Order: sequence, then C-alpha cells, then structure tokens
Amino acid sequence: MASAPATASGAHEAHEHTHYTTTGLDNRKIAIWAFIGSECMLFASLISTYLVYKGRSLVGPLPHEAWTSPAGQVFKPILNMPVTTASTFVLLMSSLTMVLALAAVENKGKPGYEGLLGSSKTWLLATALLGAAFLGFQAYEFTSFVHEGLTIRTNLFGTSFFTLTGFHGTHVAVGVLWLMSLLFIDLKRGLGPKDAIIVDISALYWHFVDVVWIAIFTLVYLIK
Amino acid sequence: MATTTAAPASAPVHDASPGQTGLWSWVTTVDHKRIGVLYLYTALFYLLVGGLEAALIRTQLARPNLSVVSAETYNQLFTMHGTTMVFLVVMPLSAAFFNYLIPLQIGARDVAFPRLNAFSYWVYALGGLFITLPIFFGVAPNGGWFGYAPLSGPTYSGGFNMDFWVLGLQILGISSLAAAFNFITTIINLRAPGMTLMRMPMFTWMSFVVQFLVILAFPVITAALFFLQFDRFFGTNFYQVQAGGDPLLWQHLFWVFGHPEVYILILPAFGLVSEVLPTHSRKPLFGYNVMAYSGIMIGFLGFGVWAHHMFAVGMGPVADSIFSMATMLIGLPTGVKIFNWIATMYGGSLRFPTSMKFAIGLIAMFTIGGISGVMHSSPPSNMQQTDTYFVVAHFHYVLYGGAMMGIFSGIYHYFPKITGRLMNETLGSWQFWLNFIGLNLTFFPMHFSGMLGMPRRIYTYDAGQGWDLFNLMSTAGTYMLVVAGLIFAFNFFRSRKVGALAGNDPWGAPTLEWSIPSPPPDYNFAQIPEVTSRYPMWDLKSPERTAGLEHSHADAAAITEAHAVPIHEETERRTAAELGIPMPFNTIKPFMVALGIIVMFSGMIVLHAGKFPLAMAMMIGGGAFLVGSLYAWLTSPLE
Repeated sequence: MASAPATASGAHEAHEHTHYTTTGLDNRKIAIWAFIGSECMLFASLISTYLVYKGRSLVGPLPHEAWTSPAGQVFKPILNMPVTTASTFVLLMSSLTMVLALAAVENKGKPGYEGLLGSSKTWLLATALLGAAFLGFQAYEFTSFVHEGLTIRTNLFGTSFFTLTGFHGTHVAVGVLWLMSLLFIDLKRGLGPKDAIIVDISALYWHFVDVVWIAIFTLVYLIK
Repeated sequence: MATTTAAPASAPVHDASPGQTGLWSWVTTVDHKRIGVLYLYTALFYLLVGGLEAALIRTQLARPNLSVVSAETYNQLFTMHGTTMVFLVVMPLSAAFFNYLIPLQIGARDVAFPRLNAFSYWVYALGGLFITLPIFFGVAPNGGWFGYAPLSGPTYSGGFNMDFWVLGLQILGISSLAAAFNFITTIINLRAPGMTLMRMPMFTWMSFVVQFLVILAFPVITAALFFLQFDRFFGTNFYQVQAGGDPLLWQHLFWVFGHPEVYILILPAFGLVSEVLPTHSRKPLFGYNVMAYSGIMIGFLGFGVWAHHMFAVGMGPVADSIFSMATMLIGLPTGVKIFNWIATMYGGSLRFPTSMKFAIGLIAMFTIGGISGVMHSSPPSNMQQTDTYFVVAHFHYVLYGGAMMGIFSGIYHYFPKITGRLMNETLGSWQFWLNFIGLNLTFFPMHFSGMLGMPRRIYTYDAGQGWDLFNLMSTAGTYMLVVAGLIFAFNFFRSRKVGALAGNDPWGAPTLEWSIPSPPPDYNFAQIPEVTSRYPMWDLKSPERTAGLEHSHADAAAITEAHAVPIHEETERRTAAELGIPMPFNTIKPFMVALGIIVMFSGMIVLHAGKFPLAMAMMIGGGAFLVGSLYAWLTSPLE
C-alpha cells in the first residue's frame, strides 16, 4: 500500500505548480469577498451610529439646518452640496476607469486593446488620480468645516460625521496606494492576463468602497 | 531511506519537519501545524495566567472582609481574568485546533494563506503581551471585561489602564479577522476531491460557522472600540453623556459582538466533542445533517439575541419580549445537539478514555449552564439575577463546563496526532475527576450566593448575609481546579517525552487526519486522498460501521487535477523534496508586519503619556516599518 502512492507522485514532479482548488476559483477571490462581507459590518456600525445620533447634537453647527449659538452667532447649514456632488461624481467615474483597467489587463494584446486607451497603465493611473481627487475634495471639505467651527469634538454630529467619512476616506487612501502599487508593477514588467486576479481583487475592493460612498452620500448628505 | 511507523515502541518519534529546529524556525514558520502548536503553547501559558488571577480573586473572597488584595488590584484581576480567558485562552485554544486540524480534516497540505496564518499568530502573541504586561506595573485594565462606557471613557477611567484594554482588543481583533478570512477560504477552496460540505468532519463544520461569526461580529466591536479610543484620545463625544451621547450605544455595539462571541467560544468545543463521541462510541455521529444545520442556526440566531444582556436598562416591553423569545429559540438548536450526542452514544460500543470523559462532562455541564441561560431569557427572572453571582455561575458552566471541557477533550484526543505519543490515562482520569468535582464545587454554590443577592465584581463583603459558606465552597473548588490544572501540565509535558507511541490512528477514528503519520510530515498528505463518504477511515478499516451511509465518487476531473488516490493509510515517511511537493518558504516578514502594528499601537500609549514627538515617531516609524514589511512580503514568492 505504501509504495503505490510513492510511484504515482513521481509522475508529476516539481513542474506541477498550479494548485488544485475545490471551486476552481483563486483563493484570493474568496478571501476578498469574505473581507468585503466583514467590511460591510464595519460600515454598518459606523453608519448606524451616525443615524442614531442624527438630530441629537446639543450644539451646532448642524448638517442641514442653520443654528444660532447662545452668543447670537449664526451658523449656516454646514454640508456643501455642490462640492460633495462633484466629489461623488469623481468617485463614481473611478469605478468606470477601474472596470476599463481590469478589461485591459485581461485582454492585453487582443484586438481593440492597443494604444493609450487600450492600456491598463492609462486606466490604473486614471483610477488612482480620480481616487486622489476625491481625497482632495474631502480634505477641502474637512478644512472648510473646521474653519466654520465644526471639529470632531464640537458635537455629536461632528464626532460621528468625521469618524464615518474619515474611515471611508482612509479606505479610499488605501485603495489609491494599492492602485499605485499595481501601476508600479505594470510599468516595471507589464500586467497581463495571468495577473488578472490581482487586479480583479483590487477592483472588487475599489467598487466596494465606491458603493459604501453611495450609501453615505444618500444617508448623510441627501436625506435631511 | 524511508522508515515506517511500525518501528518498536522504544523508537523515537519522527521529526515532523526535517531541518526545522531552533527558535528561528519557530519565529519564521508558516506550517499550519507548527503555528497550531504555537497557539496551543501560548494559550496554555495564558490559561496559567488567567487561572492564577482566578485563584487570587477566589482567595480574596474566601472569607468576609479579607484584604489579600486591594480593591484596585481586585478590579484589575477580575477585568484581566475575563479578558484573558475569552481573548487569550479559549479563542486561541480553538485557533490552535483550527490551525492544526482543518487542513488535515479536509485533505489539504496547508491553509489557503500560510503566511497570513503566521501573521495572525504573531499579532495574537504580541497583542497578548501588550494587554497582559501592564499588570506587573499596576496599570492593567480595570473596567470589567466588557468595558462599559462611560465608565471606561476618559472621565471615569482617565489612567492608562483602559488604554491597554481598548488598544489590546483592537490588536487581537486584527488577529482573529485575518485568521477567519484564511479559514473560510481554506474550507471553501482546499477540500480534497469528494470532500463535499456535507462530508466534512463536524469539527470543521463548527469551525466554518465560527469563522463567519468572527468576520461579522468583530467589525462591530472594532467600530465600538474605535469610538471609545477616539473619546479617550481625541476628545470625541460618542459616549459622553454631557454632549448628548448615549451610554447604551456602547452596550448595543458591544453585545452585538458579545453574543456571537459566546458562540465563537463554544462551537469549536462542540465540534471537538462531535469528533470524540463517535470515535469512542464506535458509531457514526447521530443526525449529522441536523448537527450541521443546528450549528448554522445557532450562528444565525446568535446575532439576534444580544439585548438579553441588557434587560436591566429598560428597553420597553416590545424589545424585551422579542429578545426574550429569540433567546428561548436559540435553546432549540443547542438542545438538538445535546440530544444528538446522547443518541450517538446510545447503542454504541463505548470506551472511556480521558477525552471521552471530558466530552460527556461537556454534555452534562453545558446542559446545566444552558438551563440557567434559558432562565435568564425571561426578563422578570433576569432582573433578579442580573449582575449577581447567579450570572457568574451560568457563564462559567457554559465556558468552563462547556468550552474548556470540550477543549481538554480535544487535547487528549489529538495530543497523539500532534506529538506522536499518547497522554497518560491515569493522570488524565485524576485531572478529569478533580476538574469535574472542582468546577461543580466552585460554580454551583454561586447560584445560591447570587440568588441571595451577592453582586458581581465586589472585592469583599460583610459577614452575616448568608454568603459566607457558599464563597468558601467556591474558593475550595477553585483550589481543586488549580491542582487539576497542575496535573494536566505535568501529564502534558511528561507525555511528550515518555508517552506510549501512538502510530497513525490510536483511537480507530473515522476521519482523514488519522490516515497519516503522527506527527504528520510537513506536507501532510503525500497523496491527496479521494473521499467517498463521511468516514473514510472507517470505510477502510471498519466498513460495517459505515455500510448504511451514502457513498459516491468524486468528479473524475477533480480527481485528475488534484492527483488524488483512493483512501489509504500513509505509513512511509519521505521528504517533500523526494515527493516533489513544493513547500512554502519560512519567512520573518509576517512577524515584522505584526511588530509594526504593535509599535504603532504602543505609540498611542506614549501619546497619552504626553510625549508627543516620541509618540509620532513610534506611530509613523511603526507604520512605515509595517508598510515596508508588507511590500517585502507580498513581492516575495510563497514557495
């Protein structure tokens, strides 16, 4: 009994390096979905906390209403809808460029994927830049809020707003770093169909961060 | 060249990982079995720490008005006893079994991400030190293991104590989450051909459920802890009542995590005894499908009962009724498991090694804890029992009588697989009976002291309230548990050296891990076995036991791709190189990433101490070290 397995294994020596998986999927694909499931609970907790504390701040400034301080100072509603609408558009467009980046990696060398518009480098760079632009908008928003008198310590709105959007911004920043790393690899040795999985998982992460922003934009900014 | 396990009984146990010796090999290992052993030893060390804390607590409470320890020290002791036992003992002991057993039970050569696995361990090991070492400086966490805000906030716990708790739990959460992603992927994706979900050993099934509980429950406490951390360090208002903050926010978030956590602690033990009972009853597990479904059901319902920890806060009759009914409901799948274990033994050909004694002990003791749990589910009754020793009695019956009994059962059962040698049964019997009597002597009287009104967490009490005798009994029982623990330690370390040789399958057990040598070679399976039923080893050795069960062959393409062969016992020991099996390289990088995380979190403590430049240096330096090590890790090949 012991010798039979030994000879059978000799037939497929060390050249056999692709690992068998039960589902046929790459391990990383399953892990990233589990990770995204977990992240859903993190953002659910952050968003619930924001909603529970909505309208319970004892002092202003407030998101959608003007507020007059006991000293008579008037604070306008603090949320800047035009700016955030623009940043939301930027982030949504980054999901489009991400899709194009993945398609360019998967189809590298195929007809229709030539030149600048068929290059994964273009679209990875575009996605990273759009992400960075979103972060720029957020930096501008945070700075102007502080100037208008709202910090993370001011009231329950400031506490829960900066924490929620700050966590989302951190996720975007991690995503930008991830995309820049992929771009670096692409520039160094070129990403082809066999690397599709590493672009695929970063794309799943990126789309997730994007979807979370849609929820935040709706619940925090649009609903009064 | 190849030696066989049929060697004389005096022959030394084989070296499981040739060329892997010395401290450095342990720090850099990525082998799931060696990481499992690291978890096991580390968690047993913390069991000693947590046990000593319990012994000090009980010594202080032995008689009225003792002053063995101060009130402040007592606060630190009970906080650290709870925190240690939950996060540094029971979860990591379960993780030791996840690591060691899951790949072996599903016919895999390692987990899906071996280096991430090493990372999980090192984050746990270093995080454990982070939260434990402060006790030597008198600044250990002192706000209770569930750290209720606002007590744990900056206003009422301004010192360093709760900083260590908040940050320490964040660190340990990273470890649990990383491990859970790894095991979910492993179980979904690395099963041998023919190992369908409904053929997985019950331990793997329960572990699978637990990993989902971890990935869904831990983010909630991560958020709650971030809020507390921000309140403490950055002056935010999450739990600040004077700014309109709601103290119930913490309680809800904590228990949305905390109740699934209870099942994270107990389900692995349920899985272990579900392996032990069929083996020593020499009979398939009764109602396998229902056992798997009830585990899933417990996992689902576990997220819907959290507020039964909060009846005393006055949530109103509607919320109280819903959570009360959900809590009673969760007793059903749990009860199903109890009856199925009993039915597994019924009509079996029973043997009673120590592992079986502990498994039966779990059934009995967990049932007592389960019944007092159902008593708590009724809000009027709960109001009388909340925050008394009755509750302490309840959760020690489920966690000591349940989780720890199950884990001891698992250690006795799997020790021969891990070390190649059997543990001593006489000493094991002494340990079991001392444990059994000791735990009942410790925890049963707490029902009475609790009913007589003795509150939890008080550091002493006056005589003449009817509590004296019950407390003395509890203290005497605790000392018996300490003696039982020492016997276990002696048996464990002695048996490693002189225990009888085990061979592949000392118990005549039915699952894949027993088809390979003990300890298993670093690659586990020289040939991936094709699985045709739930009990492959009984198909091979005792086919009459599995005759009535479903058998079928795996997909031919899957067999070809995995180079799977029919189930067989592997007795030859050849190296991975000889077999042409690629093995992952040892690497220090996961340890370095873990170290970077610890340095960053330590920077927060320095920040609280007011040393801003040093704190920034630690956080930025630790972060840079983390990112650098992570890049080095991700850009180097696994094997």
